[in-house]
Parts: sequence; C-alpha cells; structure tokens
Amino acid sequence: MENQLEKNKLSPRRRAVNVLVHVLLAVLALIWILPIVWIILTSFRAEPGAYTNTFLPQGYTLNNYIKLLTDQNVLNFPKMFMNTLIIAICSCIISTFFVLSVAYSLSRMRFKFRKPYMNLAMILGLFPGFMTMIAQYFILKSMGLTEGSMIRFGLIIVYCACTGLGFQISKGFFDTIPRSIDEAAIMDGATQWQVFTRITMPLAKPIVIYTVMTAFIAPWVDFIFAKVLCRANADQFTVAIGLWNMLQKEYIYQWYTCFAAGAVLISIPIAILFLYMQRFYVEGMSGAVKG
Amino acid sequence: MKEDRITVKNALTYGDLYTKLSAVFMGAGLIWHRQIVKGVLVFLFEIVFWYFMINAGFSNLLMLPSLGTQEQGKVWNEAKQIYEYTAGDNSQQILLAGVITCFVVAAIVALWILQMRHSYKLQRLIETGHPVPTLKEDVRSLFDGNLHITLMTLPCLGILVFNIVPLVYMITMAFTTYSKEDGHLMLFDWDGLNQFMRVLNMNGNIGRQFWHVLAWTIVWAIFATFLNYILGMVLAMVINRKDTKGKAFWRFCFVLSIAVPQFVTLMIMNIMLQPSGAINVLLQNWGLISEPIPFWTNATIARITIIVIILWVGIPYTMLQVTGILQNIPGELYEAAKMDGAGSVKIFFRITLPYMLFVTTPYLIASFVGNINNFNIIYLLSGGGPTYVGDTAGQTDLLVTWLYKLTVEKQYYNLGAVIGIMTFVILTIITLLTYRNSSSYKNEEAFM
Repeated sequence: MENQLEKNKLSPRRRAVNVLVHVLLAVLALIWILPIVWIILTSFRAEPGAYTNTFLPQGYTLNNYIKLLTDQNVLNFPKMFMNTLIIAICSCIISTFFVLSVAYSLSRMRFKFRKPYMNLAMILGLFPGFMTMIAQYFILKSMGLTEGSMIRFGLIIVYCACTGLGFQISKGFFDTIPRSIDEAAIMDGATQWQVFTRITMPLAKPIVIYTVMTAFIAPWVDFIFAKVLCRANADQFTVAIGLWNMLQKEYIYQWYTCFAAGAVLISIPIAILFLYMQRFYVEGMSGAVKG
Repeated sequence: MKEDRITVKNALTYGDLYTKLSAVFMGAGLIWHRQIVKGVLVFLFEIVFWYFMINAGFSNLLMLPSLGTQEQGKVWNEAKQIYEYTAGDNSQQILLAGVITCFVVAAIVALWILQMRHSYKLQRLIETGHPVPTLKEDVRSLFDGNLHITLMTLPCLGILVFNIVPLVYMITMAFTTYSKEDGHLMLFDWDGLNQFMRVLNMNGNIGRQFWHVLAWTIVWAIFATFLNYILGMVLAMVINRKDTKGKAFWRFCFVLSIAVPQFVTLMIMNIMLQPSGAINVLLQNWGLISEPIPFWTNATIARITIIVIILWVGIPYTMLQVTGILQNIPGELYEAAKMDGAGSVKIFFRITLPYMLFVTTPYLIASFVGNINNFNIIYLLSGGGPTYVGDTAGQTDLLVTWLYKLTVEKQYYNLGAVIGIMTFVILTIITLLTYRNSSSYKNEEAFM
C-alpha cells in the first residue's frame, strides 16, 4: 500500500524521464538485435543470392539448412564441423591446464621468476599477435605440420601453446580466495599439490568453467590463424574459414543463404555457452580489478 | 663466509675435483655427490647437445653471417631437353636454423650454470654434514614447495617455442632484404637499418603511408577505447537506475548481440552495408536516400562506419564488465554530492568517472592495446579499403592489417617485420607511461 503511494508521488518530470529512458533503451535494444534477427530471417529465405530488393524475405524455406548439411561436394560443412570439434576439444583440455597452472602458481607460490614472468607476459602481449603468426607458420612448416592432416596438429599447437600468457582473469579470481584456507590445509599436512587440486580448484569452480569454455570457443571463432595454416586445403577447413569462403565472389550467389544458416547453427551453441559463462566472466573481472 | 655463497665463480674456485670436472662433463659433480639420476640426465643432455652441434649446429651458426651465397641455378639438360634447377641456398631456412641454434646454445649455457651451482651446493651440504636430498625427496618437493616448476614448465616451454622464438626470428627479418620487391625471396642478405629508414622517412612512398596508417591507428584506438568505455558505462548506469523496469531483459538484449561469434556479426555487417545490402535497401525503400550510401568505398564514411560498428561490438562488453564494479562505488559519495545539489551529469564526471578510471586503468590499457591490434574488425569489415592506386595500405588499414597485407599478400617480409616492431615500440611507450603510474600496478601485493 505504501509502495503504491510512493509511486503515485513521482513528480511529472521524473515520470517523463522514466518514459524517455525506456523508449531510448527500446530503440537501442532494437539496433543491437536487428542484425541477429536479419540473419535468422535470411537463413530461411527462399530467394538465392546475397542481395535482394527487399529487407524481408519474400518466401521461406528450410532448404538452406538441408543444403548446408548434405552438400559435400563444394564446401563440406559437416566435415568442417568435425574438424573444428576435434581441434576445440584437444586445445580446450591443454589450454585449460596451462592457464590454471600458470594462474595458480602466480597467485599462490612465491618464486624468483614470478615478477619477471608477469612482466614478460605483459611485454609479449604488446607485440601484434600477427607478427608471431608468420614466423609460427615457418616453424610449423619446418616441423612438417603444415601439410595434409598434420594441419590439425599445427592448429592445436597454435591455439594452446601460448595460452600460458592469458592468466590474468584466473589469477585475479584465485587472488580473491583467502590464503588462510591454504595455510590451514598446509598446517594439517597437505602438500601444495593437494591444496591446488582439492581445495583451490573446487573453490574456483566458476573460473574453471569460464576457462574451459573460452578455450573451447576459441577455435570456433578464430579465423585468421586457421586461414594462414590451412591455405587451400579444403578438407582441413574449420567452420570459420568455411563460412568466410561462402562469402567470396565465386560462392556468394549460391551459398549466401547457406552461410546465414551456418552462422545461425554455429551461433546458437556458442551463444548459449557465452550467456551461461558471462556471470563467471563478470566475477573474474571484478576479482581481477581488485587484485 | 665467502665460500658459502652458491655461485658459479665459487664453484670453480672452491669446488672439489668433481664439481670442477662438471665444467666439462656436465653432471659429473651431481653423480659424485649422490644425485645419480639427475647427473646422468644432465650428462645425456650434454651428449645430445654436442651431437646436434657437430651434425648441424656449428654449420647453422657459420651460415648466419652470410645467410647463404649459392643462388638457385638453371642448367640446360641436352639429353632431356629441359632446364634443370640446382638447389640453391634458402636464406629463410638458414636464418630460422641459426636463430633456433642460438636458443639451443643459450639453453645449454643456462643448464650448465644451474648444474655448476647445484653441484657446488651438494658439495657444501656434504662438507657441512647435511643430508643430500634423495631423488624421492626431490620428486616430492616438485608437488609441494616446488609445485610451480611442475606446473609452469610446459606452459613456459610452449611460450618459448611458439612465441619467443618466432618473435625473435621475425625481428631478425626486419634487418634483412627478405622481400619479393627485388626478388629476394630465396636468397637474401643482412641489410642493417635500411628498412627502418625507409619506413620512417616521411618523403618516401612507404614512409608516407606509414605515418598515415599510424595516425589513423591512434585516432581509431582512442575513439574505440574511450567512446566504448564512457558509453558502455552510461548504458550500464541507465539499466541499473532504480526506476528502470525489466533490468534483466535489457541486459539480455545487449549481451545476446555479443554472444554471437564476432566474426559472424562482422561478416553480416559487411554484407548489410554493401551498396545493394540490406541497410541501403531499407533506406531507399523508405525514400530517405536516392543513391546508396558508399559505406566502404568512401574513406571518411568507411572510417566513421567502422567506429560506429566497434561501438556496436564493444558497448555490451563494457556494460558487462563495469556493472559489478559500478555497484562497488561507496553510496555515501553520491549522497554527499546530492546534498550539495550536484546534477547527474556533474556527479558522473566528478565521482563516477574518476572512481572508475582509478580502478580500471589496467583494463583500459588492455583494451587500448587490443584495439590497436584489432585485426578482425578491419579485415572482415572494410578489408582496409578503400586503397589508392600505388599504395599497399588502404585508408582504413591499421598497422596490424597493413602488416598482414605486406607479409601474407605482398610477401614484403622485411617491411612487415619493421611495421610489427614499430607497433610494439609505440604500444610499449603508451603502456609504460600509463601502467607504471596506475595504482593497481603499484599495490599488487596489497590486495592479497
């Protein structure tokens, strides 16, 4: 009852501001959602080609999805999907281990190499990632990892070899776990390894999930490393290069609506993963800022 | 006592016969001082090292100053009626092998120093009557006090082999003639600082483009970083207002747009903004414009478009990141300001912004660096275009995308490497100036 009264007391000016804010938010939300709605509509569009004279499709069909999933002659989407899945699973396991190991060591252990390592990581982060990529390609080539099915190993290596540099968010989270818990466990005779696996990991579940997911998503959304490594080896393409290829001159007319279908199919799982892990990201962020 | 200090010098002066012997036969001291497994392993490393050096290492190092001299030859084979190619030197492989050999030598020197010290340490332990750690104890300590060694060895190895070695290799390329320009793809030479001169010389063609690209890169990074930061913060505050209804719904709308993979949204934007793309069609159907807007072919419009799109991409991220931090701002600050009659704009600039800047400087620097190195957005949207005739860099190219064009497309590897180094130098200056002064760097330990 009192609440109601208070609401009625809102001054006209304040009410006007409220209406304005909601209208503004609605317009902004529309702008942000529009491209996504448009691509979903395009994925069901019956007319082929990239450009049409109307904003909304004239006819709707499921054929784009069917073609995308069954056509194996020109751009083999199911194969690309499997390639990416294998790479994503392998690199996810390795880089999760790397990131958490480094973050835990830097947060909990004290050793001579600690500060230099953190400074080194910062310095290496200032070089354009691209610059190392060209040379990485030459190194992988001299190891014979740029031909045929070896490209897959090359990509896995490229995706996880340097993940030890991306420890900041996890370290920020570990820093927020009180050290007294570790100290108590060590007093009871636990080794550092036991503290790491039995105490810190369960407590840091959000950040473990976050790390696993970011590592898993990376190969799906990276496009440039995969492009440089795969070059013209169509049977090694990952999803990202496949989709990019569908927009090139020779394919765009035939494949544009299939591109939209592929984009929708890939985006759904990734969007779900992202929406699920965003709160861990926020938590890690405020932890990282504090530490 | 002087000889108590465990240094290589002391090991060589006060060490016993076996410690001194370790200088030549690595691991000898360890074996004699009862750490047999470790000693044998170290000795095996030495054997492998010498085997490598004799088979390849020394010749790799000897080739490094000249980078190869034998040009690829063409010989007319009368019997087969064809030209036959004789293998020439491949400078790129010689340079890579040389760089790797240097790293191998550095690694064995580091191992040598470690084993000298360790051997001397063991000797001192025995002399002073302390027990020598057994293998079992060593392994156990790797999971306890020395856990960081166990955890960090593999990640560090990965960084060394696939980040530091490639980086050094790429940096050396900047000082060579490795480029398609004068046909130096197979055989090239050391070139000193010539390429740097070329890039920095404002009157040359390459130099002129460099300064243009650099100016745009910095303008871009400033706009992209600070507009995103401020607008994202404003959005977060608008959504978090007490009177805003449906907070979760609004947040969901914006987060949904970044949940979709970025390369997908960027490619969609590119298509939507083509002359006959959806946006132009929509505007024409509504009768707002008669001619399509040249989003990607007019330099100024392309630049504005790209900045608008980075806002579209970045604002939800900032919103997500700052929401939690905004709620940490002490409420008394706001109340005091309201008591003094400050308006909401004044409160934002006097209280919210300074507080946020104070707390999030490292994040701001990281996103500034990220924007300078933001390859995807330029490459997938405008491709760096429009490009003037005779130029290698387009009007919207950043240093990174230009680097890509120079190396992958044009194969001007030396110029590309110089651009990469220049990017690094610029970022280092900016970062050092701001990061060193930020509170979060100075007080890292204080928050634990």
